[in-house]
Amino acid sequence: MSIAHHLDDATLMSLAAGTLTPALAVVAASHVTLCRHCQIGLTALESVGAALLADLHRVPLASKPAPMPVHQPQRVGAQTALPSDLPLPLARLVGRPLKAVRWRPLSFGIWHHRIALAGADAGELHLIRAAPGYGLPAHGHNGAELTLVLRGAYQDEVGRFHMGDAADLDQSIEHRPVADAAVGCICALACERPARFQGLLPRLLQPLFGL
Amino acid sequence: MTDLLRRVAEQAEPSAFRELYQTYGPRVKAYMMRCGADAATADDLVQDTLLTVWRKAALYAGDRGSIASWVFTIARNLRIDRLRRELPWQQLPEELMEASGDLPADEIVYAKERQKRVSAALAELPDEQSTVVTLSFVDGLPHSAIAEQLGIPLGTVKSRIRLACQRIRQSLGDLQ
Repeated sequence: MSIAHHLDDATLMSLAAGTLTPALAVVAASHVTLCRHCQIGLTALESVGAALLADLHRVPLASKPAPMPVHQPQRVGAQTALPSDLPLPLARLVGRPLKAVRWRPLSFGIWHHRIALAGADAGELHLIRAAPGYGLPAHGHNGAELTLVLRGAYQDEVGRFHMGDAADLDQSIEHRPVADAAVGCICALACERPARFQGLLPRLLQPLFGL
Repeated sequence: MTDLLRRVAEQAEPSAFRELYQTYGPRVKAYMMRCGADAATADDLVQDTLLTVWRKAALYAGDRGSIASWVFTIARNLRIDRLRRELPWQQLPEELMEASGDLPADEIVYAKERQKRVSAALAELPDEQSTVVTLSFVDGLPHSAIAEQLGIPLGTVKSRIRLACQRIRQSLGDLQ
């Protein structure tokens, strides 16, 4: 898989520090599983956490003795099977293969599957499926939006995004993504806060779908 | 330290586990308390962190980073888990590691050298960059909260973070 669009360094550092909004964290971590470039970046930034941890003033532990583990360490190869063909972080939440996802219509040629996350500030997480040539209405953002292409491709004002690419957008971007005319597109889409749709019809639809 | 982890992984030696606990426990406790945990919760999280290290010692892959880095990712994940029990994604970064069995000696050297270079790069960051990096990693604050705390725009927080990232990558050079 040739990946052209990566996570912003600021997003990667939040992922490494563990401070990313949960919806964004799921999509960012999913991209990292597919992208060697971002895996290397994440590893570098995790060693920042380790270095800072080493510099902290040590706090003595409670006087009770260290617990003795009751289980033997895991052996290499003790990984469990994936429930789905999606990247691992998404697979855990969706729990089924992509072809078995229950899609709900969102507008002409567009379907979505909302992934519920607990917590008022967890952000919005959706799988979006667009038929060839169809797209989302033009919209801006009230916070960060992170998209990961899972199948097919799409194009917008920022560029062309293929399978594995991440579109890491901040609130200054307004765009109208359109799916590839031949193969369509399936994406994972995470928003910190609901998007701002332009035009009367999309605005009327917005509360129905929470997008 | 890698020998220590190997003793944990291959021989399940209790003395090796105690050593691991004493080396990393007080640091992990300090981290948890900086992120807002009280002392008792922090002690619990220290135990959870080191028990996870024990269970997964055989999965540790030296090419992914130093042991300190691995302990940090486990501690970070448990901190998030305590905040948001429902979200399973946070186990990911540990599991990205490919099980590697025996650790080649040059990988151990690389991991140590990488950690040394990152520490040096952090020490040389301008104050304004090191402040945002510390608030992010050690205090566990999202960028918006850092912006609020420092009274600067969100965009400024992000640009300082990006500059810090560039310097850290530069310092790693061929070791990335």
